Amino acid sequence: MLFNRSRKLQSSLTRTRQSLFGRLASILAQSDITEDTWEDLEAVLLQADVGAETTIAVVDALRERAEREHLKSAQQLRGALKENLLATLQVQAKPYLGEASRALSVVLVVGVNGSGKTTSIAKLARYHQQLGQKVILAAADTFRAAASDQLQVWAERLNVDIIVHQPGGDPGAVVYDAIQAADSRHAQIVIADTAGRLHTKHNLMQELTKIRNVAARKLPGAPHETLLVLDATTGQNGLAQARTFQEAVDVTGLFLAKLDGTAKGGIVFAVARELGLPIRFIGTGEQPDDIAEFDAQEFIEELFQ
Amino acid sequence: MFESLSEKLQNVFKKLSGKGRLSEQDVDVALREVRLALLEADVNFRVVKDLVGRVRERAIGADLAKSLSPAQMVIKIVHEELIATLGSSRKLDLSGPPPHVIMLAGLQGSGKTTTAAKLALQLRKAGQRPLLVAADTRRPAAIAQLEVLGKQLDIAVHSEGDRPAPPDICVHALEHARKAAYSVVILDTGGRLHIDDEMMHELEEIVRRVAPRETLMVVDAMTGQDVVTVAEEFHRRVPLSGLILTKADGDARGGAALSVRSVTGVPILYLGTGEKSDALEAFDPARLASRILGMGDMLTLIEKAEAAFDEKQALAMQEKLRTASFDLKDFYDQMQQVKKMGPLQQLVEMIPGLAGMQRKLPTEIDDRQLVRIEAMIQSMTPEERHDPRLIDGSRKRRIARGSGTTVSEVNQLLGQFRQMQRMLKELSDGRMPRMLGRFGM
Ligand SMILES: Nc1nc2c(ncn2[C@@H]2O[C@H](COP(=O)(O)OP(=O)(O)OP(=O)(O)O)[C@@H](O)[C@H]2O)c(=O)[nH]1
Ligand SMILES: [Mg+2]
Repeated sequence: MLFNRSRKLQSSLTRTRQSLFGRLASILAQSDITEDTWEDLEAVLLQADVGAETTIAVVDALRERAEREHLKSAQQLRGALKENLLATLQVQAKPYLGEASRALSVVLVVGVNGSGKTTSIAKLARYHQQLGQKVILAAADTFRAAASDQLQVWAERLNVDIIVHQPGGDPGAVVYDAIQAADSRHAQIVIADTAGRLHTKHNLMQELTKIRNVAARKLPGAPHETLLVLDATTGQNGLAQARTFQEAVDVTGLFLAKLDGTAKGGIVFAVARELGLPIRFIGTGEQPDDIAEFDAQEFIEELFQ
Repeated sequence: MFESLSEKLQNVFKKLSGKGRLSEQDVDVALREVRLALLEADVNFRVVKDLVGRVRERAIGADLAKSLSPAQMVIKIVHEELIATLGSSRKLDLSGPPPHVIMLAGLQGSGKTTTAAKLALQLRKAGQRPLLVAADTRRPAAIAQLEVLGKQLDIAVHSEGDRPAPPDICVHALEHARKAAYSVVILDTGGRLHIDDEMMHELEEIVRRVAPRETLMVVDAMTGQDVVTVAEEFHRRVPLSGLILTKADGDARGGAALSVRSVTGVPILYLGTGEKSDALEAFDPARLASRILGMGDMLTLIEKAEAAFDEKQALAMQEKLRTASFDLKDFYDQMQQVKKMGPLQQLVEMIPGLAGMQRKLPTEIDDRQLVRIEAMIQSMTPEERHDPRLIDGSRKRRIARGSGTTVSEVNQLLGQFRQMQRMLKELSDGRMPRMLGRFGM
């Protein structure tokens, strides 16, 4: 594995396990499958923000399978559920940044207000630094008060270059300049921060499309990765967010932030199921080191231990 | 969506007719749909259970009123229960001697800083002298963010950089407020996780040392099931006195507010409805209940329409509609009325069902297009406005030139106007109810 999982992640996964799937485990440890088994299972999924529709689909599929394969014990049911959940998260997708042998890659980071974009960018910068890559940040949130100051603090702490324009400036121009700078300074990665926006604001989504187009014009193929930062505490609205951002800027993956709380982030099952979006990274704290690559297998395994 | 909930319920009840009462079985089928709708709106699982239980009790055996269909009946009961659970609102408590301290607290990214500025602005408008306090020393540039907002709004900000401990900053701010005669002190604290004991202790410390009159939890409208766990813990550590629901201008249904209200009993005071500093609205339970059911923000829309509406003009307009003498000048006047209600985009977002659809009909709701239509009508002579049939080819070219548009755009406008006249005629013939029926009520 590239990255050592921080202790924080371990403890956050442990917490999740203890709360949510710990309960699942105890439900499933009871040997016989009864109607209560199913009801409890449904309750656990619903409370994890998996959502009614996905929960019903998961439970129905599991019921069918239990019948087809004559599953008798809750133990067997547990194995089957684990497989089904895992299958949901394993979407067909290129790896992060594809087979990145190109000289310069651009990562565009988008999301609703306050989801954790700027902090996640600090984490991503750190991630790429550890891979020995030179990173340049683009402070393309020119809208929110002191947004570029915030990114600048991280740039200083991480010792990476950053391109900043005036507040209220054209965000596309910031990205353009960052790509230009990366070119001349031989950086391998540009990570662009964008202003938080609700996906329902049509004009703001159009602005995002424009930023994307500017990047593509400056560097064919850019952005090579467009990450939607999703707050793990988000409920069912997360699906609408993912859907709309995907339509507007062709999101290629999720960054699931704030997984160090008690929220389970269950909406990712619906997002993966409906939109086929992979989860690239998880955020587990407020520091640049609090990042880990998402690993569906490990995630599910951890949950069930 | 409300429409789909209402449609689903209608389907559920289709098979049932002629019976005067709702049977247990009918109700249970209907309640399944209600349960799904509430879960979809992020109402907490436990809270949904309680609610559905109460609705069930009331619905079974309820007499079917003549005026309501069974589906409408169930929705009415659900709506009423939601309103009851949401409780009433209240004003900020600014009693006693000033300065009054208001503390904002909540999870990371919930919107505290923006909300602090909004509150300060609103309080100043109400005649107070607010002081904003930068007590988030952890998040990079959180202090700078508050300072920028303070500068923009010309509201004083007390900050001491990120070195001192937040409780100390708050104490100093209060001392400063006393000396400089500020009447309200608004504490912008850093976002924190409810399970971060050290950070929660910091909040307790602030409360102990400055005794806020109000401790308001800021809750993101998009939050899911876990919000009850978070709110219960905040409430346990620093008794909360109120809630503010932020980012309510999106399409999240805001079940989180209902959940938190239900488990903590703390009243909801405000809704944040935009990134601008004046986007803070008083909380209205009926309106939020409609929203949770996916009815859109119809009440807001109606209110805006009322506020922008001129009674006398309306009467005159009605008469014109009745006699079908509505011309392009009236059309123009109507447009001005609609414009007073706010950007079209925003209006469309409040209409149930349309919020999700607007992406697909951008041209029809474009404010820029309105401007072009206005320009075309302005380029017409009074006679042409009164009788568009006068507008022949050469007149069309003149109008297009005068308004910087094209002949085909003029044609389009005239076509739309003719269509509208036809529709108005139908309406004045009393065929209106069919259209309103589409909204499901
Ligand atoms: N506990 C925790 N907090 C996080 C995590 N990621 C971000 N945060 C915090 O969430 C808050 C908001 O994060 P930002 O990175 O400013 O979010 P943003 O999306 O850039 O916000 P806007 O630009 O205002 O839309 C900050 O207080 C961060 O420290 C995480 O993984 N865990
Ligand atoms: Mg940001």
